[in-house]
Amino acid sequence: MESLSNKKKVLEQKPLSFMERMYLPAIAKGMGITISHLFKKEATVRYPEVEREFSTNFRGMHSLKRDENGKERCTACGLCALSCPAEAITMIAAERKPEEKHLYREEKYAATYEINMLRCIFCGLCEEACPKEAIYLDGPIVPADYLRKDFIYGKDKLVEAPLEMKK
Amino acid sequence: MSEKVKVTIDGITVEVDNGTTILNAARQIGGDIVPPAMCYYSKLQGSGGKCRTCIVKVTKGSEKDPRPMPKLVASCRTTVMDGMEVLNITSPEVLEARAGVVEILLINHPLDCPVCDQAGECDLQNLGYEHGLQKTRYEFERRTFERIDIGDKIQLHMNRCILCYRCVFTADQITNKRVHGILNRGDHSEISTYIQQAVDNDFSGNVIDVCPVGALTDKTFRFKNRVWFTKPVDAHRDCDHEKCSGKVTLWYKGADVLRVTARKDQFGEVEDFICNTCRFDKKATADWVIERPTHIDDTSVIASNHYETLKPLHVIQPNEALQAANEIELHKTVKY
Repeated sequence: MESLSNKKKVLEQKPLSFMERMYLPAIAKGMGITISHLFKKEATVRYPEVEREFSTNFRGMHSLKRDENGKERCTACGLCALSCPAEAITMIAAERKPEEKHLYREEKYAATYEINMLRCIFCGLCEEACPKEAIYLDGPIVPADYLRKDFIYGKDKLVEAPLEMKK
Repeated sequence: MSEKVKVTIDGITVEVDNGTTILNAARQIGGDIVPPAMCYYSKLQGSGGKCRTCIVKVTKGSEKDPRPMPKLVASCRTTVMDGMEVLNITSPEVLEARAGVVEILLINHPLDCPVCDQAGECDLQNLGYEHGLQKTRYEFERRTFERIDIGDKIQLHMNRCILCYRCVFTADQITNKRVHGILNRGDHSEISTYIQQAVDNDFSGNVIDVCPVGALTDKTFRFKNRVWFTKPVDAHRDCDHEKCSGKVTLWYKGADVLRVTARKDQFGEVEDFICNTCRFDKKATADWVIERPTHIDDTSVIASNHYETLKPLHVIQPNEALQAANEIELHKTVKY
């Protein structure tokens, strides 16, 4: 067929020269390149022991934040779940009891809050939708696992550690 | 005095009965030119004239006296005259004044929409979204009240109240005895029941539906779910109360009825008041005859994932043989 760009180049195969037919110089040259790489700086890191620095707008695992007094900020308003295009977030709200005032910031809180990490596409819309600055995608890469149920992250994995535990 | 009069609103002429208010004339035209109303309620006599969100500009008083009205007027309280010309959304002056009214209404409002059960179907939220500023300019302490239980089914959050008096009129006109009203005056006025006395009659629950904000909310629905995650379905039942029509909207989450409300028309007003038995006590699908999914306006957040073709709700019956056969696989997918 006629080429569209007229830039077609027909390859021509010349017969091998004497040096090329000997193979050994080519092998020596190849080994030279290979061995020289042993002394160069490694291009890879040994993940997960070593991690590369993330870009500042990297979106990783979600974390539910606490305020300056260590109270949970989330009020289970449902805007993250509403904005989530993958429908990965579910929650059940509950009313704060008077003795729980030091745990939750407002009179309503999320009794359960689950993110299905298999559904999540890490788009960050939940972070944008949150009116309480309670959810941020500032964690590491979500680790691999074996069972589907283990990818449903509850509050035990998502909520930030309390202030005193955080050093 | 029953002849028709001609009135022009935003350039659209309509013929209405003599004695109609400008707001109702605009509602007969419909569409974008209908002024918003926070306190006026067509089913309640004497309501209106309090919130001032429905203000319009009258550029021509009538055919006989074509002078314009000197100030913006409340359209819910001003009756039309023959040949009257009214500007609503085509007048920048009206829009600016309305934005000011919204700002004043929001001065003492706690802006706790993430917590409030009314969010998603709140008139004040819609109004603020359309006319309000991005942030408040008010820097003083807002008035605060403790929340009050009106009976065991109704929750009063006085913080959120905009003093529209709708609930007072409802209690006056729909129920046979009013036991709550407005205490104090001016900035200190508050809706209250005298000595926390329970509002105890068959139609008291309707104050929840007429409330344009989240001041009066259903305690049986409190924090159960967000409105936009529930699926509204029109249903009816034969109510034995003589004044109750039994026509309601059921708000489903899965197979459970979380809440029962009266049906609302396009202006957010209830079509028929319903009794407390229908509202609070009948929360099983078996109590109701389901008609169709409720029509939800596209601009409402409730319209997300809301489909208006009638499909009967799924009732999944657990098949024990199948569950036993797949127990291991099931265990892998279920967290708890």
